[in-house]
Amino acid sequence: MREKIQQIKDTKAFQSLITSVIALVISLLLGAVIISLSGYSPVESYKAILGFSLGTKNGIALSLSQATPIMFTGLAVAIAYKVKMINTGAEGQLYVGAIAAAVAGAYITFLPRAVHIPAAMLCGFMAGGLAALFVAFLKVRFGAGEVITSLMLNQVLILFTSYLANGPLKPDGSSLPQTEMVQETARLTRLIPKTQLTTALLVAVITAFILHFILTRTAYGYEMKATGLNVDAAKTAGIHVSGIYLRTFFISGAIAGLCGASMALGTNHRFVEGFSVNYGFAGISVAALAAYNPLGVILSAFLFGVLKAGSITLNRTTAVPMEFVDVIQVLVVILVAAPTLIRTLTRPFSVLAKGGK
Amino acid sequence: MTLIRMSGITKRYPGTVALDRVDFHLKEGEIVSLLGENGAGKTTLMKVLYGMTIPEEGDVFYKEEKVRMRKPTDAIEMGICMVHQHFMLVPAFTVTENIVVGSEPHKGIFLDLEQSKKEVGELIKKFGFHISPDTEVEKLSVGEQQRVEILKALYRKADVIILDEPTAVLTPTEVDELFEILRTLKKEGKSIILITHKLKETIAIADRVVILRDGKLIKDNVDPAQASVESLSEMMVGRHVDLSVRRPAKEIGEVCLHVKDLCVTEDGQDKLKQINLDVHRGEILGIAGIEGNGQTQLIEALTGLRKPQRMTLDLDGTAVSGSADVFLKRKIAHIPEDRLKLGLVKELSIRDNLILGYHREPDFCNKYSLLKRSYIRQYTKKLKERFLVKAPSVETAISSLSGGNQQKVVIARAFSRDPDALIIAHPTRGVDIGAMEYIHQQMTRLRDSGKAILLISADLDEVRVLSDRILVLYEGEIVRESMPGELNEVQLGLLMTGAKSALEKGV
Repeated sequence: MREKIQQIKDTKAFQSLITSVIALVISLLLGAVIISLSGYSPVESYKAILGFSLGTKNGIALSLSQATPIMFTGLAVAIAYKVKMINTGAEGQLYVGAIAAAVAGAYITFLPRAVHIPAAMLCGFMAGGLAALFVAFLKVRFGAGEVITSLMLNQVLILFTSYLANGPLKPDGSSLPQTEMVQETARLTRLIPKTQLTTALLVAVITAFILHFILTRTAYGYEMKATGLNVDAAKTAGIHVSGIYLRTFFISGAIAGLCGASMALGTNHRFVEGFSVNYGFAGISVAALAAYNPLGVILSAFLFGVLKAGSITLNRTTAVPMEFVDVIQVLVVILVAAPTLIRTLTRPFSVLAKGGK
Repeated sequence: MTLIRMSGITKRYPGTVALDRVDFHLKEGEIVSLLGENGAGKTTLMKVLYGMTIPEEGDVFYKEEKVRMRKPTDAIEMGICMVHQHFMLVPAFTVTENIVVGSEPHKGIFLDLEQSKKEVGELIKKFGFHISPDTEVEKLSVGEQQRVEILKALYRKADVIILDEPTAVLTPTEVDELFEILRTLKKEGKSIILITHKLKETIAIADRVVILRDGKLIKDNVDPAQASVESLSEMMVGRHVDLSVRRPAKEIGEVCLHVKDLCVTEDGQDKLKQINLDVHRGEILGIAGIEGNGQTQLIEALTGLRKPQRMTLDLDGTAVSGSADVFLKRKIAHIPEDRLKLGLVKELSIRDNLILGYHREPDFCNKYSLLKRSYIRQYTKKLKERFLVKAPSVETAISSLSGGNQQKVVIARAFSRDPDALIIAHPTRGVDIGAMEYIHQQMTRLRDSGKAILLISADLDEVRVLSDRILVLYEGEIVRESMPGELNEVQLGLLMTGAKSALEKGV
């Protein structure tokens, strides 16, 4: 039994979990210091955040609906990172995903609900995937670094969708930069009436489990891990790494596309210019906190969702500015990105723990 | 005078005792060779001395004064420097810049390059290093880069220099040059600790040999003049080892691997020039040569990792072409030249690594491309036991294994898939004697079961002991075919350095 526990403790997943939890605790403490230095009460502030986001039905619904889009983008970043590619283009990919889904949702009128929703989601999936595939193609064919190309492509894609929403796809007589409303048959079901929480959350969670399954059970997932950890050994083992890069980045972009599609079909019921508040970039933090583990992304996205939902009440009930929550998020990411820093910070404790034995 | 004394050093890691009350001492102006198998504790002991590891028990004395080593800078301040196996140099910097970096002489806030150059130049002259202080390090050969590392230590006023496997990357001539330098250093009163696997070199250069086994000190005053390779390896392993007995092929069969007209051009240079070779079933064909004479290109061409400009390759009479996965499927197995770079994914488990490259085979993967996890677990467990891989379980990550056990994983993977032909490169590089003996046994066993083996090794002794036929590769050409025993070590060495005509005149 003791051996078993030791084995679990030695696994990488467990150690990452510990690192992430410690990072979270430290950043909450640092956050408290910052609040009190700014002249507010840290206890009151945290009470306001957690009391609402975890203590009320509406709060929980808001937390979950805030968690959904970043869960998608977090998964998109996490899966790309398994082959050591960094998808900085989730923002652009989710915009094209959203507009593709919105068009499919608005202009296809003959499909029953059970077909229409999946079809429209699939359009978003494909659009995001193809946008990412282009980036991966540039990498394997010309050696262009995906970090820069996907980052630059964001602007192109976002402005292109803006053009569509301002021009060809703008309904007649409307003055707002948005597309036609999607059909009733294409709207995602709300899990709790009168909230923003839709079945998109379930799609995101299922996606996480599918990715976990691919990584641990399939030959393709195995090849991804080998490629990401040692590309030369993967090549020597006869793995076609270019194919792995293309496929994985397509999936990554496609999941970002699903994020956009679920916003268009579930939250806004249309494509709205500028609807994403940097969900694509938030995905990078979410994935990092989860140590790029798909199941971990479910938790870290939920956590960020709680903070985000809390920040909305924070502003209403106390004088603490909303941006304070962003500060905590950034602190978490900095600490997770610097595991050595955490080890240094916690060394006195671990020495104490050992001495106590 | 005793410079360093370590007494009762004990270091435990979860599950093992890396060092068990080990004593060690080093006198001024002596060369001590630290011998032991992988995992015997040599590296840990040196890490303790260098302040990279803090032991649970034991004390370190410097000039009979108790000191505490908490970090490498503590050691460096006391004049203890370590030259690592993998050099830590900035390729784009010059020799001078690499040497002074971190402790540059300066005028105010400005770097005093003139002063640096003068100091470095003096050092080079004093110790006879024969390199120019203004050359960029990337333009230097491996042996010269190593000299820069040693200069770095001397520049920091080191009295004690620890060299970790210094000859592993050197050609025979470079080894001689290195030893010349070490003797000069000794004359200047410097003390040197040499960590190595190569017993012949130990005997050639050391004043005193210290032997560790399983974390314990076995002997600390072996006189190399009285020792032989056999006696040293027996002390290291704890039983009789014999690496020099030839087990010639019993039955050499048909041609299995037939290579014709292999040409490789790289960056406009001909790396391989019309290589023709046949490997028969039941035969080990050895390729002798100094590294960089086309071995890498040969291995890559014969395993599908590189598309040569020209080549016909037949396996049992049918042509093979395509990429690496095709070659593996056609049962041409590959032991890569660098196990950690090419052969293994060190973060993954033994289990995952034992199927790498074969993971798409029907044994391990069903038609929906799902891995057959329970079969893989059973299969790899059996393999781990059969090939004597020392590790707690198949879930253990490759990175926590010793070099010898890592190599056993690579060997186990390829040998157990019933290959027809094997391309084996440097099978025992950086591997201890026990594992070396085992790997050699496995290779001859496989040969005797009728496989065709092509052995490429930088270790001339290995090529001579294992091969049933030897080809000498020099600048991309096969300069000589010989039977074992036909040429002695010196003659082979001459051929390897291109002295073909000299040899023909002499013989």
